Amino acid sequence: MTDTLTPVLTRNWGQPRSWVLDEYRAQGGYEGLKKALTMTPTEVMNEVKDANLRGRGGAGFPTGMKWSFVPQDNPNPKYLVVNGDESEPGTCKDIPLLMASPHTLVEGVIISSYAINAHTAFIYIRGEVVHPIRRVRKAVQEAYDAGLLGKDILGSGYDLDVIVHSGAGAYICGEETALLNSLEGLRGQPRLRPPFPAVAGLYASPTVVNNVESISTVPSILAYGKDWFTSMGTEKSKGFTIYSLSGHVAHPGQYEAPMGITMRELIDLAGGIREGHQLKFFTPGGSSTPILTPDALDTVMDFEGLAAAGTMLGTKAMQIFDETTSIVRTTRRWVEFYKHESCGKCTPCREGTWWLAQLLARFEEGTAHEGDVDKLLSVCDDITGKSFCTLAEGAVACVTSAVRNFREEFEVGYHTPAWEYLPYAKSALFPVAQDDLEVRA
Amino acid sequence: MSDETYFEHTGSVDMSERATNIDKSTIEVLQSLADRYPLKRSALMPMLHYVQSVDGRVSPRGIEVIAQILEITPAQVSGVATFYTMYKRRPAGTHHIGVCTTALCAVMGGDILLETVEKELGIAPEQTTADGLFSLERIECNAACDFAPVMMVNWEFMDNMTPDKAKQLLDDLADERDVYSTRGPKLTGWRDTEMALAGIDDGLADEGPSAGPASLRGVEIAAEKGWSGVPKGTPGLAALPKPSPAGSAEPSEPEKASKPGAAKGKKGKK
Repeated sequence: MTDTLTPVLTRNWGQPRSWVLDEYRAQGGYEGLKKALTMTPTEVMNEVKDANLRGRGGAGFPTGMKWSFVPQDNPNPKYLVVNGDESEPGTCKDIPLLMASPHTLVEGVIISSYAINAHTAFIYIRGEVVHPIRRVRKAVQEAYDAGLLGKDILGSGYDLDVIVHSGAGAYICGEETALLNSLEGLRGQPRLRPPFPAVAGLYASPTVVNNVESISTVPSILAYGKDWFTSMGTEKSKGFTIYSLSGHVAHPGQYEAPMGITMRELIDLAGGIREGHQLKFFTPGGSSTPILTPDALDTVMDFEGLAAAGTMLGTKAMQIFDETTSIVRTTRRWVEFYKHESCGKCTPCREGTWWLAQLLARFEEGTAHEGDVDKLLSVCDDITGKSFCTLAEGAVACVTSAVRNFREEFEVGYHTPAWEYLPYAKSALFPVAQDDLEVRA
Repeated sequence: MSDETYFEHTGSVDMSERATNIDKSTIEVLQSLADRYPLKRSALMPMLHYVQSVDGRVSPRGIEVIAQILEITPAQVSGVATFYTMYKRRPAGTHHIGVCTTALCAVMGGDILLETVEKELGIAPEQTTADGLFSLERIECNAACDFAPVMMVNWEFMDNMTPDKAKQLLDDLADERDVYSTRGPKLTGWRDTEMALAGIDDGLADEGPSAGPASLRGVEIAAEKGWSGVPKGTPGLAALPKPSPAGSAEPSEPEKASKPGAAKGKKGKK
């Protein structure tokens, strides 16, 4: 019987100096690597494939299958690139992992690189989080000093170099082809696919791009086996994952649980909605995943359960808002985010997010015109499916799902500012003086 | 060159101001960064971070030097520098203050924090105070939503902020009192951070706790209930964190060896 919470990746986070090699080893660290090095690369790949580990960065693509797409007869070097550009609004799981247990990632990088026959791996971390970057750099250095990286790792004959790379503030670099451009010293703009990175990625060579949490899960699969991994989770979403709860719950935080826990269980673990309030809406996996309302509380939080509910598991970042929150204000702010982060490559996204932001400003200020709700949806229709990457889809999803669930509240924007309809001060987590009520967009 | 452009955040690099601190040793470091990568152009981003640590912004001389080392044009360097928001085309302050106003932080109080900081410093976002001590940025989601509302100082976390804490923080920095990130080291300055981002070791990796209280909520509940994810007999299980009082309003302080009160107004419980 699987426990309600199953700390694996998070289990050592509370240890003093958990980021240091000796501490990590005392928790059983690098046992997965030792085991992997007794196997062939193909056997390692098959272990991860059979565990049915699915990508933890949003899309849920099977990790082992992604690895198998690398053409091993290609004469170019193979590369592993770890996506640590965690920037999807609400998502806050990879950064604490990098800070508390960077060796979990480093071990995963070595095993995964071995499986795809890569001898150079990159860890790309968003630049706005300097301390996790320090911890990862230190972990990589410790690994070199201990013979876990460099030449002839643990006497296996396998060589690997790891380069830690800081980004510089661009959400779009979480998109894998934009990340590769960024890593090549270019503007972070997505590439047209095909070719997919597995065939022509970094330096036009076969490249696997995986999320931090996906790679960090690999050591445990090797150490404890695929049967242990698949004993947790649901039929098609195996294993455990880190769910991040933020917003109007009593105890926001990271909750590592088997795939398929429900939102109701997670909110209960987080101490419920803050005292005296009720849930209004939440995102299941970051702002790019369509929002849900209280009637979806018993939805199974796995890839299939949320797809059936018309949304996505995404990054498992649950942003929880109570009844004091203006959906109009929140939606506008999300759209402002996408507008700011649009890389400008595709016209529908670049221009469309500006249009959405201008329309939503009218709704928030109470100056929207009759019919603007339909205009909003019409602009969404002009954006969706017409851009290279999914940034545009995220911008559209947060608007259409908000309108679908709260159309009447948007219509209030035909005559009343959002801050009069739902005074913003009531949503804040600290008391707000009357003078501060002018604060808005 | 005008300070104001129609498209915010897209102003070009100020090429009229030629002042620079770049010297022979700077160029050696930049060259060493280029040597770290299989193809040297990949070093462009760390090199820009390093130029900022030396010149306090992306300087014309910095662009020229990078272009020479990477054997690309200055326009190609500028083209990258102007794409990413962390590269500053005007001098940033000694301390660079970020206030998150993406939806969740904004709703939880980030908008009020931003207004508080604007009032305290007398500047708007994207501006630097006349004395050069502070610059301000309205930042997008910084991956710390469980600590909302969040501010960043020199890209170090300042979690669970309130207007009073924000004012105190700015006062302490202005008066050169010691201030610690809630999950990191003592705050020294934005240029120091830029050097660390470039990949130069500053020896600070061991500062601060392993994790903040919110990051440990799930682990603490599991320890209290005897729940586990790994098989029985796995090393280290006995040493898992002690349970904290369930439902306590104030989460317990993270493990912290010797540093005094990490954030202002926060009382150590241990």
